[in-house]
Amino acid sequence: MTYALEINQLHKTYDNGFEALKGISLKVEQGDFFALLGPNGAGKSTTLGVVSSLVNKTAGSVNVFGHDLDIEVSQAKCMMGVVPQEFNFNMFEKVQDVVIQQAGYYGIPRDEALRRTEQLLTQLSLWDKRHDASRTLSGGMKRRLMIARALVHKPKLLILDEPTAGVDIELRRSMWEFLTRINEQGTTIILTTHYLEEAESLCRNIAIIDQGEIIKNSPMGELLKTINTETIVLDLQEPLSQAPEVEGYRLLLVNDTHIEVTLNHGQDINTVFVALSATGVKVTSMRNKTNRLEELFVNLVTSNKTDLKGVSA
Amino acid sequence: MSTYEIYIAYSTIVRKEIQRFMRIWVQTLLPPSIIMVLYFIIFGNLIGSRIGQMGGFDYMQFIVPGLIMMSVITNSYGNVVSSFYSTKYQGSLDEMLVSPMPNWVILAGYVTGGVARGLAVGTIVTTLSLFFTHLEIYNLGIITLVVLMTSILFSLGGFVNAVFANSFDDISIVPTFILTPLTYLGGVFYSIDLLPDFWAGVSQLNPILYMVNAFRYGILGVSDIPVGYALLVISVFIVALFSYCMHLLNTGKGIRK
Repeated sequence: MTYALEINQLHKTYDNGFEALKGISLKVEQGDFFALLGPNGAGKSTTLGVVSSLVNKTAGSVNVFGHDLDIEVSQAKCMMGVVPQEFNFNMFEKVQDVVIQQAGYYGIPRDEALRRTEQLLTQLSLWDKRHDASRTLSGGMKRRLMIARALVHKPKLLILDEPTAGVDIELRRSMWEFLTRINEQGTTIILTTHYLEEAESLCRNIAIIDQGEIIKNSPMGELLKTINTETIVLDLQEPLSQAPEVEGYRLLLVNDTHIEVTLNHGQDINTVFVALSATGVKVTSMRNKTNRLEELFVNLVTSNKTDLKGVSA
Repeated sequence: MSTYEIYIAYSTIVRKEIQRFMRIWVQTLLPPSIIMVLYFIIFGNLIGSRIGQMGGFDYMQFIVPGLIMMSVITNSYGNVVSSFYSTKYQGSLDEMLVSPMPNWVILAGYVTGGVARGLAVGTIVTTLSLFFTHLEIYNLGIITLVVLMTSILFSLGGFVNAVFANSFDDISIVPTFILTPLTYLGGVFYSIDLLPDFWAGVSQLNPILYMVNAFRYGILGVSDIPVGYALLVISVFIVALFSYCMHLLNTGKGIRK
């Protein structure tokens, strides 16, 4: 099977001796929407830097759609579009020139580059700004410009390093819709993000990297099933003086109109509703106290740190 | 990439580079023109008229080829060092590094940009010099060859400087402390025949001497150095610097983490 991205035993040690990647291996299937998560400094950007040829690896191999990045460099690079974390275009260039020039670097003739640029800038609501200097764009627009630039050569694999960082929620949601659409059209997407809600709603598969190692790599659904406890907040219609008792469940009165229900693995919220309804307590709305993936992520990273401390002790 | 795609990638960089120095012509084309006019007035007319002849020509006629070369050298170098460093500094170099474009195309694109600016300034300065003196072309082929080779050589030099530069200060150190002194000591204003034997020998270690004299030969038909030897020296420097630039690009020194 040919993977969109196949990383084998990737090592990276920087000149100062810091070992950023300790032999990670990863496979991303064609058409996948894949999340690469990890705390700051875990090695996410280094991994993507090596894949996009901006960071020299120390050892290991990277294959993009079956093309070895060391041997079939040109073919491998043609398959990829990269949206980095930092704004990295010439701030003095016009918006459309940023995209047209990138097309030129991929050998796309100028007429065709102009056509594709118009199409992409229109889709990303930037066509009206095409003659403006790119430095005058807002943060969200700059992010969209980098997405347009990364897509101009029609890559089969799009790599996004925190594409929605600093972007307001409305724009973030429109960006999600755009990414979902191009994923449905066949583009494989690899995403790093600190917004775990984003990863949970968009991605089908996930890898969590911490301290240069992959500590979890599985389908999103399977990963979420491993959550042992989940806390749900219930908003009540009438104030209460103490939390109702429901056998086998832990309910905590946060304030007179809010109850937190802790559900263990296998327990369901319906039982709680039936019990509350029987005692005349009316629930107006409910929400997860924290994002499920966020809870899991924190647990995994914390336990990884504890394990490492144990090893070093 | 196919040959045609490589050509498109190359012409994209060249177009970008030429548009850049044309867009900021007040910073790139105007200052060297004003400086050279001042040289023509002060050294050529005011002081030159008291010096008399040099190498069998009016002093003004003698220094004009050297001053044209000085413009070509500083502008070829300056264009590449400032443009490539800015690209590196802003991060937009990544746009090229992630693309399938071979490293030699990136280098060729920037060098062509440097050559274009060197030629543009050289042409402007030559035109301005005609207001001060009469120039006859002795050998157009030599003139063209020397200007092209010199601008290629110093564009490559600017590229090396940009790769190693970590701040905007670093891109002015080499032009200020190395390039300008070498140019002044490269026979722009005098013939090395005037120097004592020892200093004439030392001067021959200066590569700019060969370029200035080869160019002067193309215009006036006189040179302190045999022209064939001068072209050989310039060629050796070009090959050495090109190889070094390719080594830097291939290993990612100064541009990849």
